[in-house]
Amino acid sequence: MKVRILVSFKDSVLDPQGQAVKNTLHTLGYSSIKDVRQGKVFELELEGISKKEAEKIIPKISDKVLANPVIEKFSWQIIEKG
Amino acid sequence: MKFGVVIFPGSNCDYDTYYALKNIFKQKTTFLWHKEHDLKNVDCVILPGGFSYGDYLRSGSIAAFSPLMQEVKEFALRGGLVFGICNGFQILLELGLLPGAMLRNEKLKFLCQFIHIRVENNKTSFSHQAKKGQILKVPIAHFDGNYFASPETILEIKKNSQIVFRYSDAKGQLNEEANVNGSAESIAGLINKAGNVLGMMPHPERASEVLLGSQDGRIIFESIIAKLS
Repeated sequence: MKVRILVSFKDSVLDPQGQAVKNTLHTLGYSSIKDVRQGKVFELELEGISKKEAEKIIPKISDKVLANPVIEKFSWQIIEKG
Repeated sequence: MKFGVVIFPGSNCDYDTYYALKNIFKQKTTFLWHKEHDLKNVDCVILPGGFSYGDYLRSGSIAAFSPLMQEVKEFALRGGLVFGICNGFQILLELGLLPGAMLRNEKLKFLCQFIHIRVENNKTSFSHQAKKGQILKVPIAHFDGNYFASPETILEIKKNSQIVFRYSDAKGQLNEEANVNGSAESIAGLINKAGNVLGMMPHPERASEVLLGSQDGRIIFESIIAKLS
Protein backbone atom coordinates (compact mmCIF):
# COMPACT_ATOMS: atom_id res chain seq x y z
CA MET A 1 0.00 0.00 0.00
CA LYS A 2 1.35 3.41 -0.92
CA VAL A 3 0.20 6.58 0.76
CA ARG A 4 1.01 10.12 -0.36
CA ILE A 5 1.00 12.88 2.23
CA LEU A 6 1.23 16.56 1.34
CA VAL A 7 2.52 18.96 3.95
CA SER A 8 2.35 22.70 3.42
CA PHE A 9 2.41 25.86 5.49
CA LYS A 10 -0.84 27.09 6.99
CA ASP A 11 -2.32 30.04 5.14
CA SER A 12 -1.43 32.41 7.96
CA VAL A 13 2.28 31.59 7.68
CA LEU A 14 4.59 33.64 5.49
CA ASP A 15 6.37 31.50 2.88
CA PRO A 16 9.43 33.45 1.64
CA GLN A 17 10.70 30.50 -0.37
CA GLY A 18 7.40 30.38 -2.25
CA GLN A 19 7.74 34.11 -2.87
CA ALA A 20 11.28 33.64 -4.19
CA VAL A 21 9.99 31.01 -6.64
CA LYS A 22 7.16 33.33 -7.70
CA ASN A 23 9.59 36.18 -8.35
CA THR A 24 11.78 33.89 -10.45
CA LEU A 25 8.77 32.85 -12.55
CA HIS A 26 7.89 36.52 -13.05
CA THR A 27 11.46 37.25 -14.13
CA LEU A 28 11.03 34.49 -16.71
CA GLY A 29 7.92 36.22 -18.04
CA TYR A 30 5.14 34.17 -16.44
CA SER A 31 3.19 37.18 -15.19
CA SER A 32 0.01 35.17 -14.74
CA ILE A 33 1.47 33.40 -11.66
CA LYS A 34 -0.30 35.14 -8.80
CA ASP A 35 1.09 33.18 -5.87
CA VAL A 36 3.34 30.22 -5.05
CA ARG A 37 3.30 28.18 -1.85
CA GLN A 38 5.95 25.54 -1.36
CA GLY A 39 5.36 22.28 0.51
CA LYS A 40 6.62 18.74 0.96
CA VAL A 41 5.51 15.38 -0.41
CA PHE A 42 6.00 12.18 1.58
CA GLU A 43 5.35 8.80 0.04
CA LEU A 44 4.99 5.98 2.52
CA GLU A 45 5.03 2.33 1.59
CA LEU A 46 3.09 0.19 4.08
CA GLU A 47 2.66 -3.56 4.34
CA GLY A 48 0.85 -5.94 6.67
CA ILE A 49 -1.77 -3.35 7.51
CA SER A 50 -5.43 -2.99 6.53
CA LYS A 51 -6.87 0.10 4.85
CA LYS A 52 -8.83 0.82 8.04
CA GLU A 53 -5.72 0.62 10.21
CA ALA A 54 -3.80 2.79 7.75
CA GLU A 55 -6.55 5.41 7.88
CA LYS A 56 -6.03 5.51 11.66
CA ILE A 57 -2.26 5.77 11.78
CA ILE A 58 -1.55 8.05 8.80
CA PRO A 59 -3.16 11.15 10.37
CA LYS A 60 -1.30 10.37 13.62
CA ILE A 61 2.07 10.04 11.88
CA SER A 62 1.39 13.17 9.87
CA ASP A 63 0.39 15.24 12.88
CA LYS A 64 3.15 14.01 15.17
CA VAL A 65 6.16 13.73 12.87
CA LEU A 66 5.72 14.75 9.24
CA ALA A 67 4.08 18.10 9.90
CA ASN A 68 4.56 20.67 12.65
CA PRO A 69 0.92 21.51 13.49
CA VAL A 70 1.95 24.98 14.72
CA ILE A 71 2.85 26.07 11.20
CA GLU A 72 1.84 23.28 8.82
CA LYS A 73 -1.27 21.49 7.58
CA PHE A 74 -1.43 18.16 5.80
CA SER A 75 -3.62 16.08 3.52
CA TRP A 76 -3.19 12.47 2.45
CA GLN A 77 -4.47 9.82 0.08
CA ILE A 78 -3.86 6.17 -0.66
CA ILE A 79 -2.29 6.10 -4.12
CA GLU A 80 -1.73 2.34 -4.44
CA LYS A 81 -3.77 -0.36 -2.79
CA GLY A 82 -2.17 -3.56 -1.52
CA MET B 1 26.22 21.91 41.01
CA LYS B 2 26.60 20.22 37.63
CA PHE B 3 25.78 21.15 34.05
CA GLY B 4 24.95 18.68 31.29
CA VAL B 5 25.46 19.39 27.58
CA VAL B 6 23.43 17.08 25.35
CA ILE B 7 25.06 15.83 22.14
CA PHE B 8 23.03 14.76 19.11
CA PRO B 9 24.47 13.51 15.83
CA GLY B 10 25.15 16.80 14.05
CA SER B 11 25.47 19.01 17.14
CA ASN B 12 28.55 21.19 16.66
CA CYS B 13 28.43 23.75 19.47
CA ASP B 14 28.59 21.13 22.21
CA TYR B 15 32.29 21.57 22.83
CA ASP B 16 32.12 25.39 22.77
CA THR B 17 29.35 25.20 25.39
CA TYR B 18 31.32 22.68 27.48
CA TYR B 19 34.45 24.86 27.21
CA ALA B 20 32.57 27.97 28.34
CA LEU B 21 31.01 26.23 31.34
CA LYS B 22 34.12 24.30 32.42
CA ASN B 23 36.96 26.64 31.55
CA ILE B 24 35.44 30.11 31.73
CA PHE B 25 32.81 29.63 34.43
CA LYS B 26 34.67 26.82 36.24
CA GLN B 27 31.59 24.62 36.56
CA LYS B 28 31.38 20.81 36.80
CA THR B 29 30.19 19.90 33.33
CA THR B 30 29.41 16.60 31.63
CA PHE B 31 28.32 15.54 28.15
CA LEU B 32 25.01 13.69 27.80
CA TRP B 33 24.66 11.40 24.76
CA HIS B 34 21.21 11.63 23.16
CA LYS B 35 20.71 7.85 23.08
CA GLU B 36 21.15 7.39 26.85
CA HIS B 37 18.39 7.60 29.44
CA ASP B 38 20.58 9.09 32.14
CA LEU B 39 20.75 12.79 33.00
CA LYS B 40 23.59 12.05 35.45
CA ASN B 41 22.01 14.18 38.20
CA VAL B 42 22.79 17.45 36.47
CA ASP B 43 21.18 20.64 37.76
CA CYS B 44 20.90 22.29 34.37
CA VAL B 45 20.52 20.68 30.94
CA ILE B 46 21.85 22.57 27.94
CA LEU B 47 20.80 21.75 24.39
CA PRO B 48 23.63 23.18 22.27
CA GLY B 49 23.67 24.66 18.79
CA GLY B 50 24.46 22.88 15.55
CA PHE B 51 22.64 20.85 12.93
CA SER B 52 21.26 17.84 14.78
CA TYR B 53 20.27 15.20 12.22
CA GLY B 54 21.33 17.60 9.51
CA ASP B 55 18.17 19.66 10.06
CA TYR B 56 16.36 16.84 8.22
CA LEU B 57 12.55 17.18 8.03
CA ARG B 58 12.59 20.37 10.15
CA SER B 59 15.38 21.80 12.31
CA GLY B 60 15.35 20.01 15.64
CA SER B 61 12.39 17.79 14.75
CA ILE B 62 14.18 14.44 14.79
CA ALA B 63 16.35 15.30 17.81
CA ALA B 64 13.13 15.98 19.72
CA PHE B 65 12.36 12.23 19.44
CA SER B 66 15.78 11.16 20.81
CA PRO B 67 15.58 8.76 23.78
CA LEU B 68 17.17 11.24 26.24
CA MET B 69 14.57 13.89 25.43
CA GLN B 70 11.97 11.91 27.37
CA GLU B 71 14.09 12.40 30.51
CA VAL B 72 14.73 16.06 29.60
CA LYS B 73 10.99 16.64 29.21
CA GLU B 74 10.26 15.06 32.62
CA PHE B 75 13.16 17.02 34.18
CA ALA B 76 11.65 20.23 32.79
CA LEU B 77 8.16 19.35 34.01
CA ARG B 78 9.66 18.83 37.50
CA GLY B 79 11.07 22.38 37.33
CA GLY B 80 14.63 21.57 36.29
CA LEU B 81 16.51 24.30 34.40
CA VAL B 82 16.75 23.64 30.66
CA PHE B 83 18.60 26.02 28.31
CA GLY B 84 18.34 25.60 24.53
CA ILE B 85 20.78 27.55 22.35
CA CYS B 86 20.03 27.97 18.64
CA ASN B 87 19.37 24.38 17.46
CA GLY B 88 18.60 23.72 21.14
CA PHE B 89 15.85 26.35 20.97
CA GLN B 90 14.50 24.70 17.82
CA ILE B 91 14.45 21.31 19.62
CA LEU B 92 12.57 22.79 22.60
CA LEU B 93 9.95 24.21 20.20
CA GLU B 94 9.56 20.88 18.40
CA LEU B 95 9.32 19.13 21.78
CA GLY B 96 6.53 21.50 22.81
CA LEU B 97 8.41 22.68 25.92
CA LEU B 98 8.25 26.18 24.42
CA PRO B 99 5.35 27.59 22.36
CA GLY B 100 5.61 28.50 18.68
CA ALA B 101 7.85 27.34 15.86
CA MET B 102 10.81 28.44 13.73
CA LEU B 103 10.59 29.35 10.07
CA ARG B 104 13.30 30.05 7.50
CA ASN B 105 14.88 33.49 7.93
CA GLU B 106 12.70 36.06 6.23
CA LYS B 107 15.37 37.26 3.77
CA LEU B 108 16.35 33.64 2.97
CA LYS B 109 19.99 34.12 3.98
CA PHE B 110 22.02 32.17 6.51
CA LEU B 111 22.90 34.87 9.03
CA CYS B 112 26.33 34.67 10.60
CA GLN B 113 27.05 37.95 12.38
CA PHE B 114 27.08 39.85 15.66
CA ILE B 115 23.73 41.35 16.62
CA HIS B 116 22.27 43.01 19.69
CA ILE B 117 19.55 41.76 21.96
CA ARG B 118 17.67 43.70 24.59
CA VAL B 119 16.78 42.20 27.96
CA GLU B 120 12.97 42.36 28.20
CA ASN B 121 12.50 40.32 31.36
CA ASN B 122 15.21 40.30 34.02
CA LYS B 123 13.17 38.40 36.57
CA THR B 124 14.06 34.96 35.19
CA SER B 125 16.60 32.36 36.35
CA PHE B 126 18.55 33.11 33.17
CA SER B 127 18.56 36.91 33.23
CA HIS B 128 18.20 38.12 36.83
CA GLN B 129 21.77 39.46 36.94
CA ALA B 130 21.02 41.75 33.99
CA LYS B 131 19.18 45.07 34.01
CA LYS B 132 15.89 45.45 32.16
CA GLY B 133 16.66 47.11 28.85
CA GLN B 134 20.33 46.05 28.97
CA ILE B 135 21.82 45.52 25.51
CA LEU B 136 23.94 42.44 24.85
CA LYS B 137 26.17 42.03 21.81
CA VAL B 138 26.06 38.36 20.82
CA PRO B 139 26.63 36.36 17.63
CA ILE B 140 24.01 34.50 15.64
CA ALA B 141 24.58 31.76 13.07
CA HIS B 142 21.34 30.40 11.69
CA PHE B 143 19.14 29.90 8.64
CA ASP B 144 15.89 29.05 10.46
CA GLY B 145 15.58 31.60 13.24
CA ASN B 146 12.38 33.35 12.19
CA TYR B 147 10.19 32.84 15.28
CA PHE B 148 6.48 32.28 14.58
CA ALA B 149 3.47 31.86 16.83
CA SER B 150 -0.27 32.33 16.30
CA PRO B 151 -1.81 35.64 17.45
CA GLU B 152 -3.41 33.83 20.41
CA THR B 153 -0.06 32.35 21.45
CA ILE B 154 1.66 35.74 21.12
CA LEU B 155 -0.97 37.25 23.43
CA GLU B 156 -0.37 34.48 25.97
CA ILE B 157 3.42 34.90 25.73
CA LYS B 158 3.13 38.63 26.34
CA LYS B 159 0.61 38.20 29.15
CA ASN B 160 2.98 35.84 30.98
CA SER B 161 6.09 37.96 30.29
CA GLN B 162 7.72 35.05 28.47
CA ILE B 163 9.76 37.20 26.09
CA VAL B 164 13.24 37.37 27.61
CA PHE B 165 15.30 38.84 24.74
CA ARG B 166 14.36 40.84 21.66
CA TYR B 167 16.54 41.71 18.66
CA SER B 168 17.40 45.41 18.87
CA ASP B 169 19.93 47.82 17.45
CA ALA B 170 23.00 48.86 19.46
CA LYS B 171 20.98 51.63 21.11
CA GLY B 172 18.19 49.29 22.17
CA GLN B 173 15.69 50.35 19.50
CA LEU B 174 13.43 47.71 17.98
CA ASN B 175 13.14 48.06 14.22
CA GLU B 176 12.96 46.06 11.01
CA GLU B 177 16.69 46.36 10.40
CA ALA B 178 17.58 44.99 13.84
CA ASN B 179 15.13 42.13 13.52
CA VAL B 180 17.41 40.42 11.03
CA ASN B 181 15.48 37.17 10.63
CA GLY B 182 11.94 38.60 10.71
CA SER B 183 10.91 37.03 14.02
CA ALA B 184 7.45 37.79 15.38
CA GLU B 185 7.72 40.51 18.04
CA SER B 186 11.50 40.53 17.40
CA ILE B 187 11.69 37.54 19.74
CA ALA B 188 15.27 36.31 20.21
CA GLY B 189 14.76 34.44 23.47
CA LEU B 190 11.71 32.94 25.17
CA ILE B 191 10.90 31.15 28.43
CA ASN B 192 8.05 28.78 29.23
CA LYS B 193 5.22 29.84 31.52
CA ALA B 194 6.86 28.18 34.56
CA GLY B 195 10.10 30.07 33.86
CA ASN B 196 12.51 27.13 34.01
CA VAL B 197 13.03 26.54 30.27
CA LEU B 198 14.78 29.15 28.10
CA GLY B 199 15.36 29.05 24.37
CA MET B 200 17.41 31.67 22.52
CA MET B 201 18.75 31.83 18.97
CA PRO B 202 21.97 33.83 19.65
CA HIS B 203 25.06 32.08 21.06
CA PRO B 204 26.05 33.40 24.52
CA GLU B 205 28.67 30.62 24.85
CA ARG B 206 30.53 32.35 21.99
CA ALA B 207 30.26 35.74 23.70
CA SER B 208 31.82 34.88 27.05
CA GLU B 209 35.40 35.90 26.33
CA VAL B 210 36.75 39.23 25.08
CA LEU B 211 38.93 37.19 22.71
CA LEU B 212 35.85 36.24 20.64
CA GLY B 213 34.59 39.81 20.34
CA SER B 214 32.16 40.14 23.22
CA GLN B 215 31.67 38.86 26.73
CA ASP B 216 28.08 40.10 27.00
CA GLY B 217 26.91 36.49 27.04
CA ARG B 218 28.45 35.91 30.48
CA ILE B 219 25.51 37.43 32.29
CA ILE B 220 23.19 34.60 31.21
CA PHE B 221 25.48 31.87 32.54
CA GLU B 222 26.23 33.89 35.67
CA SER B 223 22.49 34.22 36.30
CA ILE B 224 22.00 30.45 36.00
CA ILE B 225 24.97 29.76 38.30
CA ALA B 226 23.77 32.28 40.89
CA LYS B 227 20.28 30.77 40.77
CA LEU B 228 21.60 27.25 41.34
CA SER B 229 24.00 28.28 44.12
